Amino acid sequence: MARVKVKRRGVKIPPGYLLLILTVVSVLLMIMTFTTDIVPTIFNGIAGYTFMPFKKGLSGISVYANQRADDFKQIRDVISENKALKEQIDELTEQNDMLVENRFELIELRGLLDLDSEYEEYEKIGARVTGKDPGNWYSVFIIDKGEEDGIKEGMNVLAGSGLVGLVTKTGPNWAQVRSIIDDQSNVSARMLNTSDNLIVYGNLEAMKEGTIEFGQLSDSDDEVAVGDKIVTSNISDRYLPGIAIGYINTIEKDPNNLTKSGTLTPVVDFEHIDVVLVITQMKEENSLE
Amino acid sequence: MKKLVELLVIIICFLLQSTIFHSISFAGIVPNLMVVITSIFGFMEGRNDGMFVGFISGLLIDIFYGSVLGWNALIFLLLGYVNGIANRVFYPDDIKFPLLFISLTDVAYLFITYVTGFLFRARFNVSYYLGHIILPELVYTIIVSVLVYLPLLRIFMLIDGRFEETE
Repeated sequence: MARVKVKRRGVKIPPGYLLLILTVVSVLLMIMTFTTDIVPTIFNGIAGYTFMPFKKGLSGISVYANQRADDFKQIRDVISENKALKEQIDELTEQNDMLVENRFELIELRGLLDLDSEYEEYEKIGARVTGKDPGNWYSVFIIDKGEEDGIKEGMNVLAGSGLVGLVTKTGPNWAQVRSIIDDQSNVSARMLNTSDNLIVYGNLEAMKEGTIEFGQLSDSDDEVAVGDKIVTSNISDRYLPGIAIGYINTIEKDPNNLTKSGTLTPVVDFEHIDVVLVITQMKEENSLE
Repeated sequence: MKKLVELLVIIICFLLQSTIFHSISFAGIVPNLMVVITSIFGFMEGRNDGMFVGFISGLLIDIFYGSVLGWNALIFLLLGYVNGIANRVFYPDDIKFPLLFISLTDVAYLFITYVTGFLFRARFNVSYYLGHIILPELVYTIIVSVLVYLPLLRIFMLIDGRFEETE
């Protein structure tokens, strides 16, 4: 049977031309990303206002579904945990009393030294995660706060008490965050106990195992051990100093015999990030230019 | 009219992809719905529609999740175009053909992403990425595409008024 031709209104563009036109548009967009801010800003705005309301609703549903699924799994663990925790409470109450005492002493001494405890005084904004990267290669997500809420590119993002990543793009009512486990991320870090510097590399292979890679640790005295805490370095130009990243999981000497590398277990559970805190203070205002 | 429905499908799929799909992910792998619809519209409706759907899908990914605006738009545009060529040998009754083309499209997309995003940064462990990302995503995407293809086929046969000719 012969194919029935469907009548179309208007002029039909030949596919070849359309391909050419759209290819040119794509390439122009790419060039504009590197040269101007105007076009990407317009796109970010339009897309933000159209999509964010839906995204918020849908991510709410998916968070709810996840929580219900987890509830079933957890109930059994919770009962046994409860017993153990009650014992811990007694222990901790005792410790707490001691710590409170120490804290007063600390405040007093800090006042004397005129030091301010930076970490506690960062101003933070809470935000909800509304979407995750659609592919399987990168670890990028979207939060529901943007320029209108005072979020800027380059701000540090925390979840709980650990470092999650960096704001890499902003729209009027949304922002893109690239997490530190993403394959393209590098964080300049420091050992909390020995103050040795190291670099934390995001790596897709390690990410699937729930760890992060690190390297270039110069630990000539062999003092760093498994379980030691890693925080952000004060020489980093993007991350504020002293934010917890994780604990050393494995460590070994590099073939060059000078530096060490290995993996670390992050403080943050990157599989289940629903709420994050964005630090509105930035490391260096001029580092973005 | 048809373009509007296509736009609606893209938007729905994009929203699902970045939110709810992550809670049905299996071992951390999500199926790639954007590749599926680009491919389907390509071979079902021809090159122009394939390019349109691909370009918009890619652009949305770029705006929200990409670092360079236009990069994914270009890849998806080309995928849509190539699938559109297959429109000439497409018969709606056969399910094997669509699945084959969706699979090839997904493999092409994964390959391009690996080469440009990972191989160029000296991540040479191809077998790891093949086993842990490319193959799982491919299998999951094929399963999902079966669920997506048939409803879309029905809807667009109605829109195109093609029901009479196949009966």
